[in-house]
Parts: sequence; C-alpha cells; structure tokens
Amino acid sequence: MSSPFSINGGACVAMVGKDCVAIACDLRLGLQALTVSNNFPKIFQYGDNVFLGLTGLATDVSTVSDLFRYKVNMYRLREERQIAPRTFANLVSSSLYEKRFGPWFVSPVVAGLDPKTGQPFICGFDSIGCIDFAKDFIVSGTASEQLFGMCESLWEPGLDADQLFETISQSLLNAVDRDALSGWGAHVYIIEKDKVTKRLLKGRQD
Amino acid sequence: MPGFDFSNYNRNAALHARGVPLPKATSTGTTIVGCIYDGGVVIAADTRATSGPIVADKNCEKLHYISPNIWCAGAGTAADTEFTTAIISSQLELHSLSTGRKPRVVTCMTLLKQHLFRYQGHIGAYLVVAGVDPTGTHLFTVHAHGSTDKLPYVTMGSGSLAAMSVFETQWKSKLTQDEAVKLCADAIEAGIWNDLGSGSNVDVAIITAEKTTLKRNYIKPNERTQKLKSYAFPKGTTAVLNEKIIRKQDIGNFVTIHDLTEEGGDKMEVDT
Repeated sequence: MSSPFSINGGACVAMVGKDCVAIACDLRLGLQALTVSNNFPKIFQYGDNVFLGLTGLATDVSTVSDLFRYKVNMYRLREERQIAPRTFANLVSSSLYEKRFGPWFVSPVVAGLDPKTGQPFICGFDSIGCIDFAKDFIVSGTASEQLFGMCESLWEPGLDADQLFETISQSLLNAVDRDALSGWGAHVYIIEKDKVTKRLLKGRQD
Repeated sequence: MPGFDFSNYNRNAALHARGVPLPKATSTGTTIVGCIYDGGVVIAADTRATSGPIVADKNCEKLHYISPNIWCAGAGTAADTEFTTAIISSQLELHSLSTGRKPRVVTCMTLLKQHLFRYQGHIGAYLVVAGVDPTGTHLFTVHAHGSTDKLPYVTMGSGSLAAMSVFETQWKSKLTQDEAVKLCADAIEAGIWNDLGSGSNVDVAIITAEKTTLKRNYIKPNERTQKLKSYAFPKGTTAVLNEKIIRKQDIGNFVTIHDLTEEGGDKMEVDT
C-alpha cells in the first residue's frame, strides 16, 4: 500500500506579497489513480484574515479541518475576539504534536495577515507539528517538489495583489500539470487588509 | 501535566503493518556545536531543515531558549527538539519560581535526560545544553535515549564529524570570547560545506554570567543573489472561471448587530 500522504493526492501553496498574502489549492480528490471528485477544496477559513490549507489523507483533512473549527470557535467564545494567524499557527502546531505517536496524515499551511500590524504571515508544518516560518512561500501535497521548483523560480519579493495572483496561479497550475495525483481545477485566495478575493481557476481536467 | 494522545496510534500501526510507510518528519540533519571559554560558553548551529533529500527550510532557528542564562541547540527530529526544549523551559521556570533561585544547567540537563529516557529514544531530540548559573559555566550534550556528556567542547548532528575535526585541530584551553566564537563558527561552517544535511547560515549564542547575546545569522555565506530578470506575469495571464470579492465593510451585510436598550429587558443583577 502506498503512503497515506499520496492516496488521495492534492496540492497547496501559500505566498507572501506586498501587504497581501495568497493561498491556493487544487480541487482533486482521488483514490490512487481513480479520480472520485473534482470539487474537493483544501483551504478553510478560520477568521477574517486566517486561512488554513490541508493536504494529505482526505479523511484526516476533513477531520482536522472540523477539529480546528471547533477549537477556533471555543477560542472565540473564551477570548471574545478573532484568532490571529500566529496564534492559530501555534494552535495547529501543538494540536499536531499532541498526536506525536499517532499523527494525522496532513501537511498544513497557514496564511493570513496580522490583525494589528497588517503584516503578511505564512507558515507550514510537517505532520507532527514542526513549524516552518517562511518569508517567501510554503508548499505542501503530492506536487510539493514541483511547487518548490515553480515557486523558487517565479516568486520575487514585493509583488502586489494582482501580480501575486498571477504568480501563485501559474506556480500551482504548472506544478499540478506535472503531478498525476493533483489538479482538476484550483481555488486561489488573495488576502488584503480590507478584502479577500476568491477565484476559481480554469485548469486541465485530465 | 500535558501528555501525548495515542488515539490514532492503533489505526496508524495497523496501516504500518500492511506496508504503509511511516510519515517523514522534518529533521534537522544538523551541525550544532558548543564550546566553553574563560568567562562563559558559546553555542552555534547551522540553519538548514530537511525532509528526506528536500531542503524544507533554508533559515530555521535551532538555538532554543530555556531560560535567560540557559540555551539549547537541537538536532534530530525538528518537532521533538522544539517541543522538548519548550516543555523543559516551562518546567524550569516554574521550578525557579517555587524555589526562588536561578535555574541551574544541571537541573535543565537532568529534566531533559529523564524526559527523553522515559520515551526510550522515540522522542528524537539530540541536544547541546549550555549555560551559566551560580555554580559556574556548563556545557552538556543530551542524546535521545537519555545519555549525557560533560565536555569543554562538543558537536552533534549529521555534521558533528566535520565540526569535531575543526575542534580537534584548533581547540586550546584558555580561549578568549572572540576566539571561542570564531572556533564555533568555523566548526559550523565545516558542517555547512562538508555535510549535505547542514547548510545556509551560522547562528551563534554567547552566554556569560552577565548576559546572553543571540547572534542570529552571524555569518551568511549563502546569500541568494538578486534575479537578473523578473518573471512577473502580465495581468490576465491566468484564466479565471469565477471570482468572489468579500470586503470587510460588506461583512455587515451578513451579520446584524442589535444594541439592547434598557427598556428591552431587565437589567442584569450585578454584585456591588
């Protein structure tokens, strides 16, 4: 049997721009080579400016996304405020490490803007909660190696919201076209200070 | 006392028994070193984190805070070094609060080795513990299985052999602070260049009785040069099927806020 991380397939990427961040995912859900659905988004919203991308085993993607919805709702009730991206990242990290010896098979990505300063924030995790704070981009999923190559060559500092959209979209689209387990359309979120733009991309359906 | 949740363990063990490989964690295939000098101790680390052959993070932090006068360099499973040092830092803070004394390096080392020994090496944290306390300057290594060493100069991680070759040829007793920092940075650089698991920059921490100085990216020998050409795409390159914009000011359309007037209901009883 293959790795739990590559049974269902999927890809996710987050990028930093100038006063904005972007997070994008593909839409495929598969069972090894059989595609089951072409509408399985892997990005979840947990606040005005807090987004989580989850790739890996689809059953764990659903379970973990619901678990964090519960945890963030409890946080909001206790604190009477929205969770900040950095706080949420630490919540994800400690929740994953709690399962150190029986992990969720997911590779999360967090993207958002700091509610106080408006500073862009992105980070990624391994399946047991080690945080990777990056200043440029984070990739995850079965197309992560292709995404590393695309982002490393296309990303540059100081991209504005429109440029960032094109860069992240082209990075994702061209990466998933070289991965049999990812693709079938994509969602892209561009997060700015006072608005969030969600776009559905036209991608190859093979 | 916090603990681990094993609720997925049986599921994952069953999968593993049917030939599913274990997930690969981010590991800090690392070079970390420490060196005592007259008046304090220096620890240093590279900044590469790897996941198999992939460089997961080009500039991660491997020097961990324990207390103001005790710092730790970590190698092995990245999540384990991060959380093990955090939990012992927390325990040591509570311990020093209840005793009213400054935390000691031996106490930190003992807490770490007892924690790691209890987990029989399954927590993959390999640490260099360094600090100055009222009993003096100390430098230890702690292995994942719980064994410890106390030496004037130490190296750990996949680049430990490269780093130790520098110490074994250049170390002398009675080093000055500058010499110790130079020696540690050179040892890390040996790891950066000669060990594939180590790379990028050198982080250094200098601990004396007076203060701790953390020099993040003390040497940056691998800085990325600016790209000669921009690959920014013209607007409209990507085909979009659907677009939805949510503005913060429009969130009011979805959420209604009612201010409750006093006539609206009874006042809540409040203790005076």
